Amino acid sequence: MEIILQPWPWYVGGPLIALILFLMFYFGKAFGVSTNLETFCTIGGAGKFSDYFKTDWKARKWSLIFVVGIIIGGFISSHYLMNSQVIDLNPETVSDLANIGFANAGETYLPQEIFATESIFTLKGFAILIGAGILIGFGARYSGGCTSGHSITGISSLQLPSLLATIGFFIGGIIMAWFIIPLLFERVIIY
Amino acid sequence: MKNIKFLIFGILFGIILSKTEVVSWYRIYEMFKFQSFHMYGVIGSAVTIGIILMQLFKRGIVKDYLGNQINIKEKKSGFIRTLIGGTIFGLGWALAGACPGPMFVLIGHGAVSILIVLLGAIIGAFFYGLLSKKLPN
Repeated sequence: MEIILQPWPWYVGGPLIALILFLMFYFGKAFGVSTNLETFCTIGGAGKFSDYFKTDWKARKWSLIFVVGIIIGGFISSHYLMNSQVIDLNPETVSDLANIGFANAGETYLPQEIFATESIFTLKGFAILIGAGILIGFGARYSGGCTSGHSITGISSLQLPSLLATIGFFIGGIIMAWFIIPLLFERVIIY
Repeated sequence: MKNIKFLIFGILFGIILSKTEVVSWYRIYEMFKFQSFHMYGVIGSAVTIGIILMQLFKRGIVKDYLGNQINIKEKKSGFIRTLIGGTIFGLGWALAGACPGPMFVLIGHGAVSILIVLLGAIIGAFFYGLLSKKLPN
C-alpha cells in the first residue's frame, strides 16, 4: 500500500499509460481525449451554427464514459491514494518560479497564483484560465489531436502529422514557459 | 453495459495520470524548461511500448477481443494544420499546465478553477468548428 501512496516514477507511469492504450485498441476503440470537446459542442447544439458539429455523438458514447472514468479516477486518487501533494521539483525550477512571483512551488499540484478559486473572479485570473482553455481546445482540434491522440497514439504508429503536431506542442510550450509566463506574472519592481 | 469497461479504463487512466504527477502544472512547466527528465520518461516509455504494440496490431499478431484486425486511424495530414494547430495547443498546454486528459483528472481533484479552463477548451473547439472550412491545412 505504501508504494501506491508514494508518487509513481516515470518508469511505472509510462508503461501503465501504454497499457491503457493497449486496452482501448484491444476493445476496438482509439486512445484520445480531445475529440470529446467537439462531442460536448454537438450535445450543446453547436450543429445549429456549423455542419462540422452535425455528427452522431451517440456513436462516441464510449469516449464520454471514458472521460467520466478519468474524473472518478482523479477523485479516487486525490482522496484515497495520495499521502501528500508535494512535487519533488528541481531546485532550479523552484527558484525560477520564485523569481517571477510563484511562491511555494511544488508544495501542491497546482500553483495558487493561477488556480486559486478567487482568481476566477478577477479579470486577469479569469482571462488566463479561459484563454488557456481556448488555446487548448482550438489547437487540439485544428492539429487533429492532443497529447494522447498525437504524442502517444500517433507517434507510436509512426505517423508524420503527429510528429509535426508534437513539434508544434513544444514550440508553443517553450514560447509560453520561457517568454509569456514571465511577462504575465513578473511583479513590477519599483526601486 | 458493454461500455462499463471504458469507465474502468478511464478510472485507471485518471489514477495513473494523478499518481505520476502528470496532472501537476509544475511538471509541465519544468518539462518545457528542460529542468527534469520526469515527463520525458513518462511520454518516452509510453511511446516506446506503444511502437511495439502498434507493430503487433499492424502485422496482425495481436487481434482485437473479437479476433478482428486492429486498424489504426490515419491522422489528418497537413503541414500548417499540424504545426500551427500544435503550436496554439502548446501555448495553452504550458499556460494551464494541463492537456485535455489531466483537465478531467483535476476536476476529480476538486479544482474548481479548472472548470473555467474546460469551458475555454469547449469554446475553443467550437471556434474551430465554425472556422474549419476557412483555415489552411
